[in-house]
Amino acid sequence: MFKFASCDGCQLQLLDAQDRLLELAGRVEIDHFLEASSRVVPGPYDVGLVEGSITTAEDVERIREIRRQCRFLATIGACATSGGIQALRNWGRIDDFLAAVYATPETIAALATSTAIADHVPVDFELRGCPIDRGQLLDLLTAVLLGRKPHVPGHAVCVECKSRGIVCVAVAKGIPCLGPVTQAGCGALCPAHDRECFGCFGPSESPNLVSLTGFYERRGTPRESLVRLVRSFNAAAPAFRAESDRLEASE
Amino acid sequence: MTEPLPGSWHWLDPAGLQQLIDALRRRGHRVVGPQVADGAIVLRELASVAELPTGWLDEQDGGSYRLRHDPAAGTFDHVVGPHSLKNFLFPARETIASFTRTDGAWTQTHAPAPDPPLAVLGVRGCDLAALAIQDRVFLGSGYVDEAYKARRERLFLVAVNCRRAAATCFCHSMGCGPAAGPSFDLALTEIGNRFACEVGSDRGAAVLADAIAAGALMTACSEAEIDAARGVPRDLAARMHARQGVVDRPTPRSLDTHGIRDLLMRNLEHPRWDEVASRCLSCTNCTLVCPTCFCSSVQEVADLSGDTVDRERQWASCFSLDHARMHGQSVRSSTASRYRQWLTHKFASWIDQFDTSGCTGCGRCITWCPVGIDVTEEIAAIRATDGAASADAGRETP
Repeated sequence: MFKFASCDGCQLQLLDAQDRLLELAGRVEIDHFLEASSRVVPGPYDVGLVEGSITTAEDVERIREIRRQCRFLATIGACATSGGIQALRNWGRIDDFLAAVYATPETIAALATSTAIADHVPVDFELRGCPIDRGQLLDLLTAVLLGRKPHVPGHAVCVECKSRGIVCVAVAKGIPCLGPVTQAGCGALCPAHDRECFGCFGPSESPNLVSLTGFYERRGTPRESLVRLVRSFNAAAPAFRAESDRLEASE
Repeated sequence: MTEPLPGSWHWLDPAGLQQLIDALRRRGHRVVGPQVADGAIVLRELASVAELPTGWLDEQDGGSYRLRHDPAAGTFDHVVGPHSLKNFLFPARETIASFTRTDGAWTQTHAPAPDPPLAVLGVRGCDLAALAIQDRVFLGSGYVDEAYKARRERLFLVAVNCRRAAATCFCHSMGCGPAAGPSFDLALTEIGNRFACEVGSDRGAAVLADAIAAGALMTACSEAEIDAARGVPRDLAARMHARQGVVDRPTPRSLDTHGIRDLLMRNLEHPRWDEVASRCLSCTNCTLVCPTCFCSSVQEVADLSGDTVDRERQWASCFSLDHARMHGQSVRSSTASRYRQWLTHKFASWIDQFDTSGCTGCGRCITWCPVGIDVTEEIAAIRATDGAASADAGRETP
């Protein structure tokens, strides 16, 4: 398990797996998982999981070395798969942020952008989510152990809402929800609590954002609210990025 | 007091309806009925008539559903909500078998436990028609779905004759309502503050007899009262036919089904498929709320060791890429091809396959489409420009 710019929440999904973690530890040798243990066994490794986005020049070098060390490399979470919430910096000026946040900005060496791991090295599998779903992570590891494809569908969150019998918040309450264009995996967590989907799992397999945001706009949602809705945890995922840029350009 | 028999009619007041629910529960039924929850009228287990949505109306339109309280509204003046019988008879996810491996040998460990028998209160004509269609799919061919069959055989149906239609309702066009049918155990027609209850089966008669034995007062309906009750859905049907072509907001739906199979099948390259694809989200909502859509996928879910495996069946949709994935690639990669697959199956090739349309006119796919795509509008658009060819006709798939 390797960490880049991230909050560690995705790694915690594995630590929180409790009895399943013990089961996993009985099947694999965990050589590098600093969140769990300071014991580090040098590579090469059979499987590498990467959390976080690339935000420094050192990161670029380190991910290349990790890629060389791992036979199978999977990225986990919104940061690793799309740049994460910190990719909001991609729309601003890095120097402005540094000056606003740090007392001595000249000591900070950060890239101007936050980017996905796959922008830098080939990735064998991506697990979406902010954070990832524990069940999907365990399924991915099971799939690797058993030599099958992971059960990670690309369809929309709506499948999970309808499967659970959750009443659609967009249709019944007029709440602009990203569920119809967001990949499933969370189990429809937010709609189950009467909130819209925030797009934590990134774009679904065939997202039609232009149609959805156009419908919400005709129903009275201001364009700037739609930009904020699409530009969040997966702001830099290509389909979401293109849509927030399109909405902003036509504002 | 007249003894209940198939074909007999009896008056139930709200207390009598409660005694009917009690009688079903005493017989071991899990009673499910309409209730207000989460901004909609959903189907949930209930124990009391007080939980029914008396005084609530649902205003439905493309991509919009709103509840409105109206003191004049009865108990069943709402129409269909997001749930249907499908949610109970063909659940979204079900473990159909389990296997364990010991010393290299596999044994099946899971015999699906029978659910308690289900009784559903408030089922409308469109949903009874949908049930008959799902019966053909799951029971009517050589391949009987045993889990569905077990639930279906013990299902007790308390139907309701509609006396109000939402703008999205078009059962009158599909010949599936608003009168309750083709079959039910009991059917209620709300008149004033009581219900005329028609007995539709021996089981229905037996349950009413139980309620009467437990003290329910159920006077027989007179011939004139039966005529009046029969007139309720007939009047609504007349009003639904009369509103055809009426310009109003929201637009009352209807569908011209004349020659619909051939109409759709000769317009497979119509430019409308691309037009609707520009709006369609491929989000699957229409198929999942459809009370007749029956597709599912099956996958083996193993533990880390691979020694314990559950075979799980879950709803699938022709709007997902996986649905048409063969040899590593989806053969319906465009949204236009997926929308066309759904619409032509529902309204055309379903007829070839099952000798009936797959649509009952319940209108759920219109209401619960997040962007309000309307099947009646799409089919009308194709009919209005029958034979129009796509600019790039001749390509393999739209």
